[in-house]
Amino acid sequence: MSYEIRQAGDRGSLIEVPDNATAVRLARLLRTERPDLVDVVVGHTTVLVTWSAERGELGELVLGPEPEPAGRRVEIPVVYDGPDLEEVAMLTGLSQEEVVARHTGADHVAAFLGFQPGFAYLTGGDELLHVPRREVPRTQVPGGTVAIAGPYSGVYPRDSPGGWRLLGSTAAAMFDPAREPPALLAPGDRVRFVAA
Amino acid sequence: MTRLEVVSPGLLLTVQDRGRPGLAHLGVPPSGAADPVAYELGNRLVGNPAGAAALEATIDGPVLRFDRPTTVALTGATTPEVRTVEVLEVGRCVGGVRTYICVRGGVEVEPVLGSRSTDLLTGLGPAPLRRGDVLRLGPEPADPPRAATIRAQAPPDTPVLRVVPGPRDDWFTPTALETLCSESWRVSPSSNRVGIRLEGPPLERAHRDELRSEGLVTGALQVPASGQPILLLQDHPTTGGYPVIAVVRADDLPLAGQLAPRRYVRFTIDG
Repeated sequence: MSYEIRQAGDRGSLIEVPDNATAVRLARLLRTERPDLVDVVVGHTTVLVTWSAERGELGELVLGPEPEPAGRRVEIPVVYDGPDLEEVAMLTGLSQEEVVARHTGADHVAAFLGFQPGFAYLTGGDELLHVPRREVPRTQVPGGTVAIAGPYSGVYPRDSPGGWRLLGSTAAAMFDPAREPPALLAPGDRVRFVAA
Repeated sequence: MTRLEVVSPGLLLTVQDRGRPGLAHLGVPPSGAADPVAYELGNRLVGNPAGAAALEATIDGPVLRFDRPTTVALTGATTPEVRTVEVLEVGRCVGGVRTYICVRGGVEVEPVLGSRSTDLLTGLGPAPLRRGDVLRLGPEPADPPRAATIRAQAPPDTPVLRVVPGPRDDWFTPTALETLCSESWRVSPSSNRVGIRLEGPPLERAHRDELRSEGLVTGALQVPASGQPILLLQDHPTTGGYPVIAVVRADDLPLAGQLAPRRYVRFTIDG
């Protein structure tokens, strides 16, 4: 399989792949087999790789025929008492109980990380819960807040500004620099929210 | 153990070293000195081991007091020099916006994920320094300080940064890259270690599709809906959904790290 490779400066390349699952598999392969790479970053349908000096050659990128085992399964306990629960119910035409049932009923997949250390963009959620982000972002969303926007769910790892709709909160530590690995979620992980 | 007290931090005083490369997949920005050449030079001048943490002053320098005479090097937006001082008044940056204060022994704050750098985007590392903060210095290095006889290179009035087109130059009209490389871009005062906001004619998109978030490199010229590019510096987010029209070459990033608000910068294609 050959992928389109775009230059990302004089020390990086952006590899375009057909889907997120391929990006996750390719990133795993590159991380284990290419010690010359500094960073290997999964995007929605891309993998960014960087070198410490001049851009290197990637050669032929070959993924095995069998998909590797899927990511880990992670359960995140949530207290659904977020300030936007009522608004999400209005926007979707569902009751608050149905919003919670649909959010806990779906298998989410961590597509890629960004925004903050340990912030995973979770896809695969119930389509009825696809609501637009807030017109005016909040200047402060507490760490541990579980939120949705567009096709994504996510958990704010620490206090930060944010424009997503807040459904509840979790005590799970999404990011801890002293832990190995520091991020609770990695691309490819399957996430289930559980009402606590 | 020598101690350093921040008598006055100036406009913004942070601890910086070589940052946190290799952790972008966790959402951790690279961080580290915005002018790595000046930072490395300062450490060499005071005989520090590679990677020792230094202070990065911004626009208006700090006043520092040491509890015994201490050898320090000043580099970056200043005339490079090595001095032994008990009180150090850095003053305003000249010819740039970031001055490095490398103290012999380095600054010994607690490392986070292998680095002592302050990350303004995510809050990793020590908070920006405040009046009254006291920092411990590391042990006396084995190497002696070096006498400084460095030719101070006057920075160009309007720096020209070399860029490699892409990865998303095809998301723009054919004239956008030409516009990027023919205009002088004004550096907005609302620039910081996350990114430099540039003001000029809008770079027009060829289509309005939404880009799916993808990894970002330092030096990327990211173009939001306004068409006004943002040059990403060391504390940039690791992924983003705005197309990147071109990326500044790594060797020219130290110049980018010294761009002053309200001054101008130009770009030229090389690669």
